[in-house]
Amino acid sequence: MSVVNRIRILVISFVLLSLNQVAVSAESAPRIQTWKTDNGAKVLYVYAPQLPMVDLRIVFDAGSARDGKQAGLANMTSTMLSKGAGDWDTDALAERFDSVGAVFSTSAMRDMASLSLRSLNDQKLLDKAVLTLQTVLTQPRFDNKELARMRRQMLIALKAQLQSPGAIANKMFYRALYGRHPYASPSLGTKDSIKTITRKDLRAFYKRYYVAGNALIAIVGDVDLRQAKQLANKLIGKLPKGQPAPALAPVAALKKAEVLRKTYPSTQTHVLVGQPGLRRGDADYFALYVGNHILGGSGFGSRIMKEIREKRGLAYSSYSYFIPMRGLGPFQMGLQTSNDQRDEALALLNKILRNFIKEGPTEKEMQQAIKNITGGFPLRIDSNKDIIGYIAMIGFYDLPLNYLETFNANVEAVTAAKVQDAFRRRIHPDRLVTVLVGGNAPQKNVK
Amino acid sequence: MQRCIPMLRMMFLGLFVFTGISSVALAADGATGSKNTVHEFTLKNGLKLLVKEDHRAPVVVSQIWYKVGSSYEHNGTTGVSHVLEHMMFKGTKKHGPGEFSKIIAENGGRENAFTGRDYTAYFQQLEKSRLPISFELEADRMRNLTLPADQFKKELAVVIEERRMRTEDKPDALVYEKFNAAAWVSSPYHQPIIGWMNDLHNLKVGDLRPWYARWYAPNNATLVVAGDVKADDVLKLAKKYFADIPPSDLQPLKPRIEAPQKGPRRITVRVPAKLPYLLMGYKVPVLKTAKQDWEPYALEVLAGIISGGNSARFPKELVRKQQIAVSADAGYNLYARQADLFLLDATPAAGHSVAELEKAILAQLQRLKDQPVTTQELARIKAQVVAGKVYERDSIFYQAMQMGTLETVGLGWQRMDEYADKVRAITAEQVQQVAKKYLRENSLTVAVLEPQPLAKTPVASHSH
Repeated sequence: MSVVNRIRILVISFVLLSLNQVAVSAESAPRIQTWKTDNGAKVLYVYAPQLPMVDLRIVFDAGSARDGKQAGLANMTSTMLSKGAGDWDTDALAERFDSVGAVFSTSAMRDMASLSLRSLNDQKLLDKAVLTLQTVLTQPRFDNKELARMRRQMLIALKAQLQSPGAIANKMFYRALYGRHPYASPSLGTKDSIKTITRKDLRAFYKRYYVAGNALIAIVGDVDLRQAKQLANKLIGKLPKGQPAPALAPVAALKKAEVLRKTYPSTQTHVLVGQPGLRRGDADYFALYVGNHILGGSGFGSRIMKEIREKRGLAYSSYSYFIPMRGLGPFQMGLQTSNDQRDEALALLNKILRNFIKEGPTEKEMQQAIKNITGGFPLRIDSNKDIIGYIAMIGFYDLPLNYLETFNANVEAVTAAKVQDAFRRRIHPDRLVTVLVGGNAPQKNVK
Repeated sequence: MQRCIPMLRMMFLGLFVFTGISSVALAADGATGSKNTVHEFTLKNGLKLLVKEDHRAPVVVSQIWYKVGSSYEHNGTTGVSHVLEHMMFKGTKKHGPGEFSKIIAENGGRENAFTGRDYTAYFQQLEKSRLPISFELEADRMRNLTLPADQFKKELAVVIEERRMRTEDKPDALVYEKFNAAAWVSSPYHQPIIGWMNDLHNLKVGDLRPWYARWYAPNNATLVVAGDVKADDVLKLAKKYFADIPPSDLQPLKPRIEAPQKGPRRITVRVPAKLPYLLMGYKVPVLKTAKQDWEPYALEVLAGIISGGNSARFPKELVRKQQIAVSADAGYNLYARQADLFLLDATPAAGHSVAELEKAILAQLQRLKDQPVTTQELARIKAQVVAGKVYERDSIFYQAMQMGTLETVGLGWQRMDEYADKVRAITAEQVQQVAKKYLRENSLTVAVLEPQPLAKTPVASHSH
């Protein structure tokens, strides 16, 4: 899979994560068991015997928030893990996973750096896949030749972003939202920063962050508790204990409104509006989550979709969402519209938000949202893929183990007044970042 | 079903075949998996019902598939199937515009729809006891759509924005559209699923009415249900809601077979972009059209040898060894309704031209014609197929998609169960044979993206 393609997919799955995985809850939540390995890694495990397969995910607090002065360092480290490890070069590693039908991938987001493996639970096949994963985890080579190749790949991936007005807007948005905070660091790095990343930097980053004390292991599948414990030990037992990553600096609130414009030769303008918004485990989490569902998080029927798309046909996609992270992740509203409709759509988006904060949701909207969220609970956990996503999140962000069981009750406890109160305190329409990337159209009065 | 973001009313724009290949290659019935138990029923009015019981979780997915899509359309009104799909959410005599979505949402459901070349499908995912809600609404809009003019006007504007987002402003997608238009002259695969911009601008609600009346009928539909249900109960429900809908008098489609290609075709696309891009396609048979049933499976294995996994030939040879490409993939859809293309696409590495890359790809193809693939390569494909058959059972939605696709293109859902055995039976010699027989210059189309400079684009910033 090419870097260019992989990155496109990553960006998309990130959005999905925020839309779907934000919410979960009750009746028949999977039973999560947890323990620590001898060297201090936290393990979360769900026994799922229905299919003869197993999903493994190892997550380190080693995302791009840890880049330091070298943007792209976390992503490059994560990418380089599978480019040669132990006795095996890149080709041999790929061959080992493919030959047993295993699916392996790595990813680095802002908070998390993850390694994921899906394999059949047939002992011979699983053993080969797990030994390969263990080697990738514990003995990466960070080979210089491969590093040089991956640097060139990353430069192409960066160029690919430059021919996507949506990707350009997104980068500008993060930069404006986070200023000097590590969340501002572009995950892929920059043209200049990528060139400075050396083998020594990768090794130092790996030694600091890829340690048991900074790791979370999630296991879902047809392996019993004893096997799960063996798996966890085998995978990570050889890593030093190390230290958890230090706390990130708090995200500063925006001091004033800012409008960023970039001309791009596209027929549409990409519009993003937002501010730092929500943490995992935040006291306002459920109020903001349910409120956003009504504002623009639930597609058809949400206020933004109704006004922008259904009533006026201004855009195909229009939304709002929170991306809850370790620190305050973004609150973001967005749409794409013909350049000549840009000002009208932006004004409307801002008006919808202001009205929502001023008036709060109606009782009817609250009832509908709560019914939709809680009624859909079984759909959120109907596959191993969903379940591993949830338990990795619960473990990584130290959410309570009964997060899923209590989810529906937490949603039902939200009232219109709580939504309005939370939005009033947390979202500031007079201090938002606005990013506009698209073709030139005469600028009308944007208020 | 690639990941159309928060994409409401999504649409498959061919490019998904490139990411789809691994999942297609991974879709099979393996030694470790159990046989699919699909229950098939046909109501008196011709509606076909397929039920796959899966009791892992208390959920159900319901999909209704209509035999209509962009390959049924004609020039001048291209895109009509997809616009109609959008309008299916805009109200019936009984339920006003948007009410369908509202009712499903109140019941904790997810719903959407998609249009492809060969099908249009609608789906709901719900907690299992709520299946009747989905049936009631779906049966209602099979015949009773009101198609109000004011709603049409707004929704058409939405679709035009959708086209800008998906195609006009995406260099690779534009190349793909122009490539298909060049590769296919008389086959309807010439047309983009979303329709030409000109046709969209001139589409009238009057164009939708006969299209709806003609294709939205029980005898042109397949209802697929998968999840924690009992087949007999689903049949009873289906009868309750759908049995009274009268069938249509469906005239058989006229064949629109591609005129034989008599030599290679080349096109260049010049648009503002940063990266060159190469797209190649050879005319090949699919299961529907193949005279020899094994050939499509051999082409499927061929695609897997080329790019099914990180140890496949293109990533290994072109990306890592020669370092002439940053990405290079093969794609093939053996379940198309008409003869299709065996696709290859690639982005050159810095310092290499598209011409060099094309030469390197052709050399790889030549090798596949000259020498049989290795035992190890074949074993890898087979391992992936066995595992994939288990993995796909993690998603009832995906299983329903497969049944719906196969039934709608006229192959029958049973093909789903044959897949693994057929792939496993393919030999190295057969792979070599299809490579020799079909990867020929005379049926090749090549499209090249030549990036044009983006205008100077300074960032303007101001605070207020």
